Amino acid sequence: MLSIKNLHASIGDKEILKGIDLEVKAGEIHAIMGPNGAGKSTLSAIIAGNENYEVTQGEILLENEDISELAPEERAHKGVFLSFQYPVEIPGVSVTNFMKTAINETRKANHLEEMPANEMLKVIREKSELLEIDRKFLSRSLNEGFSGGEKKRNEIFQMAMLEPKLAILDETDSGLDIDALRIVANGVNKLKSDKNAIIVITHYQRLLDYIIPDFVHVLYNGKIVKSGGAELAHELEEKGYDWIKGEN
Amino acid sequence: MELKEKLLSSFMAFEERVDVQSQLHDVRTSAIKNFENKGFPTKKEEAWKYTSLNAILKNDFTVFPKKDSAIEFNQVKKYFLHEIDTYKVVFIDGIFSSHLSSTTHDGIDVCLMSSALTKPKYKMVIDNYFNKIASKDDSLTSLNTAFANEGAYINIPKSKVADKPIEIMYFSTGNESALMVQPRNLVIVGENSHVQIIERHQSLSENPVLTNSVTEIFAQKRAIVDYYKIQNDGLEANLIDNTYVSQQKESHVYVHTFSFGGNLTRNNLNFYHYGERLTSTLNGITIIGENQHVDHYTLVNHAQPNCESFQDYKGIFSDRSTGVFNGKVYVEKEAQKTNAFQKSNNILLSDKATINAKPQLEIFADDVKCSHGCTVGQLDETALFYMQQRGIPKKEAKALLMYAFSNAVIENIKIPELKQRITKIIAMKLGVKLGFDL
Repeated sequence: MLSIKNLHASIGDKEILKGIDLEVKAGEIHAIMGPNGAGKSTLSAIIAGNENYEVTQGEILLENEDISELAPEERAHKGVFLSFQYPVEIPGVSVTNFMKTAINETRKANHLEEMPANEMLKVIREKSELLEIDRKFLSRSLNEGFSGGEKKRNEIFQMAMLEPKLAILDETDSGLDIDALRIVANGVNKLKSDKNAIIVITHYQRLLDYIIPDFVHVLYNGKIVKSGGAELAHELEEKGYDWIKGEN
Repeated sequence: MELKEKLLSSFMAFEERVDVQSQLHDVRTSAIKNFENKGFPTKKEEAWKYTSLNAILKNDFTVFPKKDSAIEFNQVKKYFLHEIDTYKVVFIDGIFSSHLSSTTHDGIDVCLMSSALTKPKYKMVIDNYFNKIASKDDSLTSLNTAFANEGAYINIPKSKVADKPIEIMYFSTGNESALMVQPRNLVIVGENSHVQIIERHQSLSENPVLTNSVTEIFAQKRAIVDYYKIQNDGLEANLIDNTYVSQQKESHVYVHTFSFGGNLTRNNLNFYHYGERLTSTLNGITIIGENQHVDHYTLVNHAQPNCESFQDYKGIFSDRSTGVFNGKVYVEKEAQKTNAFQKSNNILLSDKATINAKPQLEIFADDVKCSHGCTVGQLDETALFYMQQRGIPKKEAKALLMYAFSNAVIENIKIPELKQRITKIIAMKLGVKLGFDL
């Protein structure tokens, strides 16, 4: 699904990623953990195509196609989804209208007809139930005045609507209380299939109690310094990141 | 001949034509004298520092057009709010078109300024209201007063709700190679009454037009006036709009200004308070490009206690367009417990676009809440990335952001069909077709 080879990236003169290699197959969940400033959010932003970062070396392949030169929307059309750590507020555009636009633009790019209005409503109803989202919520302006938990639930709702091949969840657990965490994790688990892949980026092990990863990678100082199974997350939680820092 | 000389020499002929004996003779004579003394404003004056009329005044404008310009409704239907029934007061090259108009005297007066100025039955109203709130000092207002003859006359008596919106429409045909018109509107809204008015100036050709318009609005006790100005004219059209609002206690006057078109647009919008607990709302959306220029020059004069004013102006400027926001709030010593808020938010889409924003607060009372805020920025890159990440192409994402940016003002439009129309114009201005109706 996703194959990252020797990825170097910088912002301005500062090199943030210093040679990342990552293989993610369909059906897998990968967790990327690491201390603050390790480059976790940078990695997710770069996969999604944020133009503030410059890829100086290496390649990002999605289903064997190099996507590193594509615009963010083109990557989205190919099935890349990034759940933002800080979702953006857009006053005056309702959640429903935003989703209609996103879905139909994606369909248009993939040479599909617009989704008929009744079908759209049906899908919206289904997916909002999955995330336990109130109908009234959908007519509110996107993220405007949403609580931290509502914003994150809304991100996963959008993921459910767009059905991406590769979903990257950037610090989705931050700002969530335990109930919201459960709902979000439950939603993600239901969306998981053997056709898609998920990368969970997190600072803490907490979310990984709900979304069990197949692989855990530790990112430190722009490099993956350790990889392992789900047990690695527990080890990290016990020993703290100083353990990693000490070794590197 | 220079335009000023041409206007001065036309004045005598004009007065003879409209009736020298008229009660307005003295008003007109002192107005033309004021214009003669002051002339057209120049950039040397503080109030015109950012707006120059020089290039426009070089046109050889016809001041009195020929009378025989006719237009069929179908040619201009799109400029009207044709989805709903409205009263219409329509002028072609400054002359009333009975053919396109739909006036009334049934309970309310929606008719012509020229008949109000000449017919005896309106004499008392004209004596009481005409030129009573308009500036006698401002040279362009004086110029209009001197030639005041045609425009809309709207009088809603006590406790009446106008049963449908009123459209005031000024078309210019281009039959003259360059045309100057001076519309004069008078709007009187009685106690507890309510009216919605839409004013639009529309050029139908590429020939230069200069409109120097004056509108006086009187809102009596508890009256509600909802006034929309649609400025979406061609690139050869220039508009100087001088609007004066007089408010009595507990009235609410909204003026919404949508500036999308025209070569040069100057909005002089003045509010004067004559009673307590009243509210003035001034909203504006400006979306311009090329070499267009829009100047909002507002004044809210708080002279009474417990009144509120809200100003919210949004501007989006691309290419080499220039915008000005000069908002003055004056709070007199008696005007305690005033709430006055002013906002001007602007987005520059090009390195060559300019906005000059200048809030002015002069406060002489000590127990007031006043605030102002001007922002100038670019589109939020993070928000753009967010939308692109969801599959929305950059161009559409930009449009959506700009729509979101102006949304607070759009939300204030109380006529649904007009709201739809304005959002359509905005989508067109932004060059996008979105997946849903804005």
